Amino acid sequence: MGIFSFFKTGKEDQSARVAKDRLQVLIAHERTGRNGPDYLPMLKQDILDVIKKYVAVGDDALSVQLESQDNCDVLELNITLPEADDSADDDGEPSESARRRAMERRQEASAS
Amino acid sequence: MTKTIVVTSGKGGVGKTTTSASIATGLAKRGFKTVVIDFDVGLRNLDLVMGCERRVVYDLVNLVNQEASLHQTLIKDKRIENLYILPASQTRDKDALTIEGIARVMHKLKKSDFDYIICDSPAGIEKGAKMALYFADEAIVTTNPEVSSVRDSDRILGILQSESKRSKMNEEPVKEHLLITRYNPTRVKDGQMLSVDDIVDLLAIPLLGIIPESPSVLDCSNAGKPVILDEESEAGQAYSDAIDRLLGEAKPHRFMEAPKKGFLARLFG
Ligand SMILES: Nc1ncnc2c1ncn2[C@@H]1O[C@H](COP(=O)(O)OP(=O)(O)OP(=O)(O)O)[C@@H](O)[C@H]1O
Ligand SMILES: [Mg+2]
Repeated sequence: MGIFSFFKTGKEDQSARVAKDRLQVLIAHERTGRNGPDYLPMLKQDILDVIKKYVAVGDDALSVQLESQDNCDVLELNITLPEADDSADDDGEPSESARRRAMERRQEASAS
Repeated sequence: MTKTIVVTSGKGGVGKTTTSASIATGLAKRGFKTVVIDFDVGLRNLDLVMGCERRVVYDLVNLVNQEASLHQTLIKDKRIENLYILPASQTRDKDALTIEGIARVMHKLKKSDFDYIICDSPAGIEKGAKMALYFADEAIVTTNPEVSSVRDSDRILGILQSESKRSKMNEEPVKEHLLITRYNPTRVKDGQMLSVDDIVDLLAIPLLGIIPESPSVLDCSNAGKPVILDEESEAGQAYSDAIDRLLGEAKPHRFMEAPKKGFLARLFG
């Protein structure tokens, strides 16, 4: 610690914090892979494919965790959906999803 | 009853051989008949760290292939009573070992009344590392406070739980110990290095000890002397504490705190 870092709180570059967070996710993921049943990776891929039919998500949108409890296993799925974008884009045009929803609303209204 | 302990890590260069040498020496010093086996076939190093490199005649592969007897192969330590070294081969590769062959060696060692068999694992998660851990009753998982080492330790724990003899035979699982080596409390304090708590949290196995980063480790391996014999050094004392815990004694952990710097040292350090 030199003269310039003397007054720093020491909290500025907590790279260890980042390391721990990354490891926590990674280790949980790898443990699931090795303790879980053989079908788990395929199940995960199938679920991901189903989600992709409806929402444009990346391959990392789904995390699968298998936890063993006293007398049962719990399969925990976490799906991160992209943020719904209702606001108008920079070009002033409504987004594709907003346009579609508005159209559906109008159709419903006119049908009743 | 003979106890077999593997010193393993997955990642290379984290301090397995340093640890194997000191743990074996420490156990022998406390009166247990101990042998330390170098499983790093092709990359023999334990002999150097133990300071017996010029006395190697036969090696583990000769013994496995029944080209030499146990008596011919074991090297008796010159400093410590009850301590023996079983060197690795320098000219063969890891395929020279088989589970059946190692099983014969283990059986012979047990019949020779050894209390402890310490297995110094090679790096990696391949055949050599699996061979070293197969017969283990206990495992010392050597980990540095660094991301890839922690990840590899977790993988090795998975292998211990699924590919050791104990797991395959549905026996009581291998007893796991975490040994954190090359720990630098100052860097931990500055938030640059994973802390003991972080690592224990992540790996979730009992902590056997913390070996601080210490220049005496290099000095000792230069001289061919296990660092536990350097009783002045922090690393030597930390290994000695680890032996006490291994033998069931509850001892508070030391060497976790950064040395306090004076005002001038902080200003100009
Ligand atoms: N506590 C420590 N303080 C300082 N240096 C250390 C410490 N522990 C180990 N080292 C150094 O780290 C290097 C690697 O140690 P060692 O050979 O024991 O690791 P290893 O895990 O057996 O390596 P490999 O995977 O290649 O077999 C050596 O140079 C050793 O002196
Ligand atoms: Mg080694």
